[in-house]
Amino acid sequence: MSTSTAHSVVEPSRVAKRTAGFFVILYALISMAPLLWIFATAWKTPPDSISYPPKIVFSPSLEGYCNLFTTRTRQTTDYINALGPPQGTCDEVTRKREMVIAGKSNYVPRFINSLIIAFGSTFLAVTLGVFSAYAFSRFKIPLADDILFFILSTRMMPPIAVAIPIYLMYRQLGLSDTALGMILLYTAVNVSLSVWLLKGFIDEIPKEYEEAAMIDGYTRLHAFFKVVLPQASTGIAATAIFCLIFAWNEYAFAVLLTSGTAQTAPPFIPTIIGEGGMDWPAVGAGTTLFLIPILVFTVLLRKHLLRGITFGAVRK
Amino acid sequence: MRVARATPPAFSNKVRGLSDRTIAWLFITPTIVLLLAINIFPLIWTIYLSFTNYASNRPNRPVLNVGIKWYQEILNSPEVWAAMQSTAHFVFWTILLQTFIGFGLAYLIDRKFKGHALWTTIILIPMMLSPAVVGNFWKFLYQPQIGLFNHVVAFFTGIDASSFEMLGSVRLAPWAIVIVDTWMWTPYVMLICLAGLRSIPAYIYEAAEVDRASKLRQFWSITLPMALPFIMLAVLFRGIENFKMFDMVMLLTGGGPGSTTELASITLKRQAFEAYRTGYSSAFAIILFVAVFGLANIYVRTLNKVKQR
Repeated sequence: MSTSTAHSVVEPSRVAKRTAGFFVILYALISMAPLLWIFATAWKTPPDSISYPPKIVFSPSLEGYCNLFTTRTRQTTDYINALGPPQGTCDEVTRKREMVIAGKSNYVPRFINSLIIAFGSTFLAVTLGVFSAYAFSRFKIPLADDILFFILSTRMMPPIAVAIPIYLMYRQLGLSDTALGMILLYTAVNVSLSVWLLKGFIDEIPKEYEEAAMIDGYTRLHAFFKVVLPQASTGIAATAIFCLIFAWNEYAFAVLLTSGTAQTAPPFIPTIIGEGGMDWPAVGAGTTLFLIPILVFTVLLRKHLLRGITFGAVRK
Repeated sequence: MRVARATPPAFSNKVRGLSDRTIAWLFITPTIVLLLAINIFPLIWTIYLSFTNYASNRPNRPVLNVGIKWYQEILNSPEVWAAMQSTAHFVFWTILLQTFIGFGLAYLIDRKFKGHALWTTIILIPMMLSPAVVGNFWKFLYQPQIGLFNHVVAFFTGIDASSFEMLGSVRLAPWAIVIVDTWMWTPYVMLICLAGLRSIPAYIYEAAEVDRASKLRQFWSITLPMALPFIMLAVLFRGIENFKMFDMVMLLTGGGPGSTTELASITLKRQAFEAYRTGYSSAFAIILFVAVFGLANIYVRTLNKVKQR
């Protein structure tokens, strides 16, 4: 699009632009409010987080983050006074509530589970996807459209419906509540997206590149690894981020198929409770740390988002 | 640069390396095998279970064939029809709101004001978040005394902030889940509509200007019809996703109060993993499968139509 010059027939007027900008920015600000509120809650003390009316101005505290990473037990004042000087901020904050730190919470292990499962399944889904996508893009495969529809349709299935037999199957195979089981499951869900997205990206690489390489003496496999893969690297990266986000965010399978050792962060965060109800600052802190990677990825992906959410069909 | 070889490529391919046919199958098979193992085998198992009295908490009980008993029971169950009604309410209103707001936003963003790219990215953030985590923190925002939502409503309407409970009231809870879903997924519809609007070539508008068509006429005769396949795509996809909605609503209301927000997937989860009626829930799962499969078929057709643009 050229900048606003002579042919302003289709270019919106300045007033139209300003008005549009006003409403879009207003919407953006309103839609960000809930998120900012949660980020702010993480820095409140528990009493501040449940004050009536809600506090917009408050003095920041690390208590939410301390509570997120620790488990605490209530102690008598005498016991606490008999202890030595507090070690670190969290210790100090905890003692003010007449409690002592009893140990580490499960947040870090759950976060690490999320990382292992998300990266493991993404690696597998993208690897499988790039091979299949290349085959669908370059070769005549009988019933290609039907196979592609079948691949996509597996992603459309309601997760709970899939979870019933998977639950029984994993129980038989000893895969319930294991990282491997979750990696395989998320790979199967993500591979459909990965095939469809990557097929779109590979379709855009001219066939002539490989043909030229093959005339130069490369085999088909060589041409695939040395010519096509480097050309598709942006697409592969974008696809990987989409797979990562799905696996990172997934809840239904995770809550039904994991309970302990392999539990990921999404089923864990809602279970963070303090004394007498939800510990909202700790939940806010857990949510903040969990969402930050997604915010970074969203900004990185912004040019490819449209492709990702339409399985590569709409490219702009 | 290498010099081209004298050997014809077809011949050299045969000599060195695998044939294209072999490579094609080699590349596709792992994906298909994985999908058969994790998706299709379980699906077939579900079909089998749906005709039996199997219960996953009593694995040693003899498995009996019960025929189509569960299917009959489901289609006659008031609980299932109530869940379907809640689901229909949820799907209808979320799609309606998201389409109007999403298209409106896309139309405004397409005016290309200064900084529109940045604000578009900001608007997109909610749809990237984990629905479960979103449901969980909206529960906090909806708290009648301490939550932000009630106080914002109170500020603008003058109603007392603690006089209504979004999640506790039978009347308001179905709307509470619609609001959160709309907050989260309007950006999705917006993004696809924006692609639709941008796919309309400028010369069509120029021609319309030459013909002195009014702006309103241009909107109805050019913008809307040409963006329609894209709107359809967004509507279908949101329809499928919300038909099987589970995570966000589960954490927000858990299906309550009573069963007012108990959507189909939540009923299914209750039957399968709380009541352990595996046969019954398998039959219900198959019914949902068939419905989603039909919708997915239409979706892919629309997708291919849009792709040709």
